Amino acid sequence: MSDLDTFRAEVREWMASHLTGKFAELKFRGGSGEGDALPELRKEWERELAAGRWTCPGWPREHGGRGLSVAEQVAFQEEYSRAGGPGRMGHIGEGLMGPTLIAFGTEEQKKRFLPGILNGTEFWCQGYSEPSAGSDFGNIKTRAKLDPVSGDWIVSGQKVWTSLAHLSDWIFVVARCEEGSVGRNGLIFLLMPLAQSGVEIHPIKQIGGGAEFNSVFFDDARANARDVVGQPGDGWKIAMALLGFERGISTLGQQMSFQQELDLIVEISKENGSDRSPAIRQRVAYAWTGLRAMRYLAMRVLSDDQSAETRREALTYKYQWSNWHRDLGRLAMDVLKMDANVVSHDPRRERLQQMFLFARADTIYGGTNEIQLNIIAEQGLGMPREPRGKL
Amino acid sequence: MIIEFTPDQQMIREEAQRFLREQSSSEATRRVVDAGASHDVGLWNSISHELGWCAMAIPEEFGGLGLGATEVAMLMELTGARLACVPFWSTVCLAAPLIEAAGSEDAKTRYLGAIAAGEIAATVAFGDLSVADPLAVTSVKAVKSAGGYVLTGKVAQVIDLAVADLVIVPAKLDNGAIALFTLERDAGQVIVPLKVLDGTRPIASLELAGVAVSAAQRVDAGGLTAAAAQSALAFANLGLAAEQLGAAQGALDVTLAYIAERVQFGRTIASFQAIKHRCAELVVGIAEARSLVFGAAASLGEADADESALEISGARVLASDLQFRAAEEAIQLHGGVGFTWEYDPHLYFKRAQASAALLGARDAHLDSIAASVFGDGGQK
Repeated sequence: MSDLDTFRAEVREWMASHLTGKFAELKFRGGSGEGDALPELRKEWERELAAGRWTCPGWPREHGGRGLSVAEQVAFQEEYSRAGGPGRMGHIGEGLMGPTLIAFGTEEQKKRFLPGILNGTEFWCQGYSEPSAGSDFGNIKTRAKLDPVSGDWIVSGQKVWTSLAHLSDWIFVVARCEEGSVGRNGLIFLLMPLAQSGVEIHPIKQIGGGAEFNSVFFDDARANARDVVGQPGDGWKIAMALLGFERGISTLGQQMSFQQELDLIVEISKENGSDRSPAIRQRVAYAWTGLRAMRYLAMRVLSDDQSAETRREALTYKYQWSNWHRDLGRLAMDVLKMDANVVSHDPRRERLQQMFLFARADTIYGGTNEIQLNIIAEQGLGMPREPRGKL
Repeated sequence: MIIEFTPDQQMIREEAQRFLREQSSSEATRRVVDAGASHDVGLWNSISHELGWCAMAIPEEFGGLGLGATEVAMLMELTGARLACVPFWSTVCLAAPLIEAAGSEDAKTRYLGAIAAGEIAATVAFGDLSVADPLAVTSVKAVKSAGGYVLTGKVAQVIDLAVADLVIVPAKLDNGAIALFTLERDAGQVIVPLKVLDGTRPIASLELAGVAVSAAQRVDAGGLTAAAAQSALAFANLGLAAEQLGAAQGALDVTLAYIAERVQFGRTIASFQAIKHRCAELVVGIAEARSLVFGAAASLGEADADESALEISGARVLASDLQFRAAEEAIQLHGGVGFTWEYDPHLYFKRAQASAALLGARDAHLDSIAASVFGDGGQK
């Protein structure tokens, strides 16, 4: 048995012995479209993971992680998902905030914030999008004004599509700190507690009935002077670097959950006779093929191959998985036939119905299909850039 | 498993790319197509003799380099991108793997050695090139005679037959089993080159009107097993998928070059979002197909053979779709000149049709994947 197999066995064993008892209820929950399901129990699960040192396993050892290799992190993600590990409440802290602080934070910030992420006691959300700064992220209007007495930053404006803000403790906010600046210039990256009088959180009920997104309103809310990451004016640089930390390792776990959805579709179609339709069979086979291609693409992207080809093709990953998933939603409903129309508490059917609805968001968040194609054309193929408008 | 090329593989790839850029031009392809020739003689000589590409995947004990599917897929991809008119696929991905999988020791020593040395081009006279399992069907009969066998029958289409120094003929014995026979040049067979739509890959018919062959010309080691057929076809389909992927990349490259120059409304047409997005969508398709082709190549021989066969079927599906889309877009984005003889898109378009039909169309491959995913052995 290779070291990697031994490691996989260790993860499997740990999951089998811990995702049980009161946590058994969490199996396969909190995924696509129900990120707000069973929040208290899932936070407790984060602390259970932390006790086993399974939060932040990819972080360097000196910062409390296990310093796992890419291959080991992939193995962990796969085994976690295979075992039915629930959607991670700590994902934003572990995957985005932590690595950003490790790279750009002060010693004091690291000391203050990393332990809460590692221990599963402090949860983070991401204050990027605004009503008029969606695809055009540079069009941020939220303002941060320096309070000359305290050195604190006073923040006013609105963030939107903030996942799990209502269940989080902290938010990182990109705001405009230089009066009159436009685009990427004059932005600041701030860490702010959500529990303060100037912050209001309004959940947004989404297509499937759940509410994992929120609008977050800031009305003279305060960020402590010591909670600026980088320098005022560095906001764009930090914000982009943060997105770069998501190297796609967690997507291998996501693929495992896609595989489970496909397995469910096959299982149900065998029960209800959809498997006799040649068209359904071909679509299932096509979905299988796309998932396999996606898996190998992820493995290329995670490798050290820095050829122009691999870098260009890495840009296609988001477009690929999101469109694949959206198509899978349609396939799932076609397999369910009339049962698709009836709201069900059969967990298998419910999962597919939620997936069908929420997958519509996949091609919008994190860069819409249209933005992805611009990126592939401009950065991947070197085609002319889109002109900017004047409005 | 992390998928990446080794430094040696990178080097083979870069060298091949450089060589083909210089030696395998659109003009060279057109000379073959316009003359209705069997192949590009100079290019094939360089590839087979000087560069030793045919030796790549042949085991060292038979004079090859003992490298694997990844190296062959790389070369297939690159020759596909240039629409190189050479019998590389038929020799390296059809004939050699079949001899290696099913041949006797004598046959391997003799023929694999000659292929590795670049001395011969070879092909296989499958009974029906359009099906996913072409080794299961043959219209050629082999009747035992005093000195060996007598072969009778007609094969409608054989790829690269006119250039092949050696053709492997699957033929049905009296007992219904399929055996493999070899015919060298001028051994009594009648070869009629066909006028084809895709002139980059010639096809001829083969007629055997009672051709006597010696017992030594039967080259299978006691019958063709299902495992041997599967192993040979895996290579054939993987090579073809890689070639289709390459042709898609080639069609996109030709298109990108054209639209970067073509000016309308005071700007290059490459600056229009409608056009950028369609090129970007082709990159998505290329990324998917390339990942599956090279992922399947890396796991061929490592993973379970049935699993590999499914991945390769998937690679054919993606590559066939992609090659067509890329060729169609090449015509459309070239505008008026896209459907002229003078510009290259039609060459890619015709090749897309010709390749998609080979060794099982898209639906056949999807059916075999479905049979496995549903675990029911096929449509009820």
